[in-house]
Amino acid sequence: MPEILLNGRPVRVPAEVTLLAALHAAGYGSTRVSLSGERRGALCGMGICYECRVRVNGTTQRSCLTPVQDGMRVEEVPNGL
Amino acid sequence: MAETAVVIGGGLVGAACAEMLARRGCRVTVVEAGVVGGGATAAGMGHLVVMDDSPAQLALTSRSLELWQDLARTLPAAAEYRQCGTLWVASDEEELAGVTPKQAAYHAAGREAELIGAAELARLEPHLRSGLAGGLRVPGDGVVYAPVGAKVLLERAGADLVRGRAEALVPGGVRLEGGRVLKADLTVVANGIQATGLLPELPLRGRRGQLVITERGSDVGVSHQLVELGYLKSAHGSDEDSVAFNVQPRPTGQLLIGSSRQFLQPGSPPTSGDLDWPLLRRMLTRAAEYLPEVARLNALRVWTGTRAASPDHLPIIGPHPEREGVYLAVGHEGLGITTALGTAEVLASQLGGAASVLGGYDFGLTRRSLKEVTHA
Amino acid sequence: MASEPLLTPDVLVIGAGPAGLTAALTAAQGGASVLLADLNPGPGGQIWRGLKAGQGGEAGDLLRQVQAQPKVQTLYGAELKLVETVQGRNRPERVAQFGTPGGARRVQAGTVILATGSSERFLPFPGWTLPGVVGAGGLQAMVKGGLDVKGARVVVAGSGPLLLAVAAGLRAKGAKVVAVAEQAGVGSLAAFGLAAARSGGKAGEAAELAWALRGVPYLPATFPVRAEGEKQLERVTLRTGRAEFGLRCDWLAAGFGLVPDTRAAALFGCALGSGGEVQVSVWGATSVPGVYAAGELTGVGGADKARLEGFVAACAATGQVERLHDAPRQAESVRSFQAALGRSFALRPQLARLAAPATIVCRCEDVPHAALQGCHSWTEAKLHTRCGMGPCQGRICGPATETLYGWRFSGVRPPLSPLSIADLLSEPAPISPLPASQEPI
Repeated sequence: MPEILLNGRPVRVPAEVTLLAALHAAGYGSTRVSLSGERRGALCGMGICYECRVRVNGTTQRSCLTPVQDGMRVEEVPNGL
Repeated sequence: MAETAVVIGGGLVGAACAEMLARRGCRVTVVEAGVVGGGATAAGMGHLVVMDDSPAQLALTSRSLELWQDLARTLPAAAEYRQCGTLWVASDEEELAGVTPKQAAYHAAGREAELIGAAELARLEPHLRSGLAGGLRVPGDGVVYAPVGAKVLLERAGADLVRGRAEALVPGGVRLEGGRVLKADLTVVANGIQATGLLPELPLRGRRGQLVITERGSDVGVSHQLVELGYLKSAHGSDEDSVAFNVQPRPTGQLLIGSSRQFLQPGSPPTSGDLDWPLLRRMLTRAAEYLPEVARLNALRVWTGTRAASPDHLPIIGPHPEREGVYLAVGHEGLGITTALGTAEVLASQLGGAASVLGGYDFGLTRRSLKEVTHA
Repeated sequence: MASEPLLTPDVLVIGAGPAGLTAALTAAQGGASVLLADLNPGPGGQIWRGLKAGQGGEAGDLLRQVQAQPKVQTLYGAELKLVETVQGRNRPERVAQFGTPGGARRVQAGTVILATGSSERFLPFPGWTLPGVVGAGGLQAMVKGGLDVKGARVVVAGSGPLLLAVAAGLRAKGAKVVAVAEQAGVGSLAAFGLAAARSGGKAGEAAELAWALRGVPYLPATFPVRAEGEKQLERVTLRTGRAEFGLRCDWLAAGFGLVPDTRAAALFGCALGSGGEVQVSVWGATSVPGVYAAGELTGVGGADKARLEGFVAACAATGQVERLHDAPRQAESVRSFQAALGRSFALRPQLARLAAPATIVCRCEDVPHAALQGCHSWTEAKLHTRCGMGPCQGRICGPATETLYGWRFSGVRPPLSPLSIADLLSEPAPISPLPASQEPI
């Protein structure tokens, strides 16, 4: 099973799934805080809403469009971004 | 004194004029074909900057900045007014040498302006590339989110907003598309480049600009509005397409990147939406020459707008020489936001109000410098 | 900055769903070299998401045929960013810039077929921004991407035949579908059922779905009014008539119909119709010479319409006139199905009034309903409240504001999604000849 670094913590995730699915499996139903401080989760599942965006190896990506890869460094995008 | 006025154009210039007229006891109607503050007001950078290309421009922009600093005290947060200052950047010793007379001119106009050397420049703006010579820091300059500025001024004017397009000036007023006629003691034409549709004799040309805004949370922190000293060459130089380095920090953490100038071909629609990608690339390349990290930022949106440029780069403010009751407030080119407030003050004094410090300058349609084509 | 060479197919097809796959195949059969680009990591679009070559059925057949065409190159993970017009040898051509995992790719083509499909319409109601409230097609897409819903309680709500397909799919993956709430009334649904049966082939599909959903409450004239939960969704309140009732759930999969995704078409300058769809002639030609459109993009109407239009547009675009003989007969049944869809699932007015003053409408910039109610147009709202200025650039709040306030969404600007300035600046290297291989790039 691939292992990713989630906010610094190593986490085992299912293989061959989207990063969104992997984060959910690891217990993260929400990976973003909105401009006004609300916790948010993915909405559209197809790359449009940007609610699922996370920092992957330093760049912001939509987790619903990103296949999970062993060794990925994943962090929440800083508040409101 | 006029009791009623119709202002054609709900951009920042029209809104400022409306607010001034309302303060003088006028009942004001504003005609806007689109969205309040949605034309050049929305398309531009919203910069509030003192410029010294001519004595009249220096006076108009300085006085306007004073008025903005005053108005800022009561603007809502949504207007995003920030007195971030401008840093005019000199790329070499030659440009830096040219800053001294500029500083003197600003001082004479009562504006703070501080000469900055290379080390201080790097300290103030660490993301600028190394090797720049220094610059001029103008702390009183700022930025404002102009569409909200226009909305606020219109609301303060208590103006009646008529949504429609002005089709023709008629004696005592204006006829809208669809036939409706609005009559008033005063008509103020303040609809930017579209004014040539009402008054074809106005010596205005559309000068397109393109802008890029980055995503929120850019970690390329910029504190001042940054402009290259070569900006003036671009703004007031020849008719060729030109670009100049101009970057503005927004309160959202986005960077607004400009600037470019391109005269529209005769006959092409004034608000053409097509982008000139090669020119945009030139502009971004220029930006990266001063702020190298710009290349790794993400562009969120690119857009274009049209400045209304007059032959001497000064706006046309004043009574129409032939049409009774018609006043002009057009042709502000890249300084419409800055000078909207000064424009309203000039107009006020022309209408018999208090004398303005700007009274010594001729902004009228019949001024001689409008008839000569000038190149810097 | 160096970058990948410019690609120069005869035909660029954007979107690899039913319409795009059919168009690519048809164009290649006529001898054209084709570049087929899609945002997703593989073909299928939304309705055939996750399509694999080994699959059975019509979709699998089509994909195998496309893959057997040596002159079709594919570019997956490709998101259209901007379009420039350049002077080609004898006519204007378009250079489309895509963002891909490997960096920017540019494609220059004289002929473009747009098949960018549709996306869900989201409507705001109190609590809709809680984690766990997702689209109906959205949850389906997430599950196809590996989201585990075994044992999860799901309420499916909103409008359209999509809800049934979603519910059946979720059940098959082990979710407990607590209810399917369709806002359309019983009368509309009955009429739709008749129309679908008349369209041929749909009766069998309907029977399969009915079997797959046996035991799941299907509630017509019912819609969500509130979602609640402390940190994430815990329950949803549904309303039917004057009665309201609550359901505990882990997911609310709510989508209120589909809207054509016309942003790429806007970049190419194509005129749109009154319903927001791309205007096309009977041969799929848009208002821009050399640019065609097919599928949901010209009006939501399902996979059959998409396949037909992909075929017709590709024939017209590549001059294969003789193959068009078949088209008119098929077109009528497809058109009547499309019309039935539009009629039967029209959104009831109450849906526009679900939002409370504090309910967020623009999720990117957190703009509430109260701030937007007084605005007169999309542009005014954008300029005065920042609605639509965030990363989604109005794709989620645009359709919502059309329903809530009657505004027409406008003002698509490039790039369609954020693009690094370095990529914007990169110049394509000299043209490379089209490789014979079929490998995805």
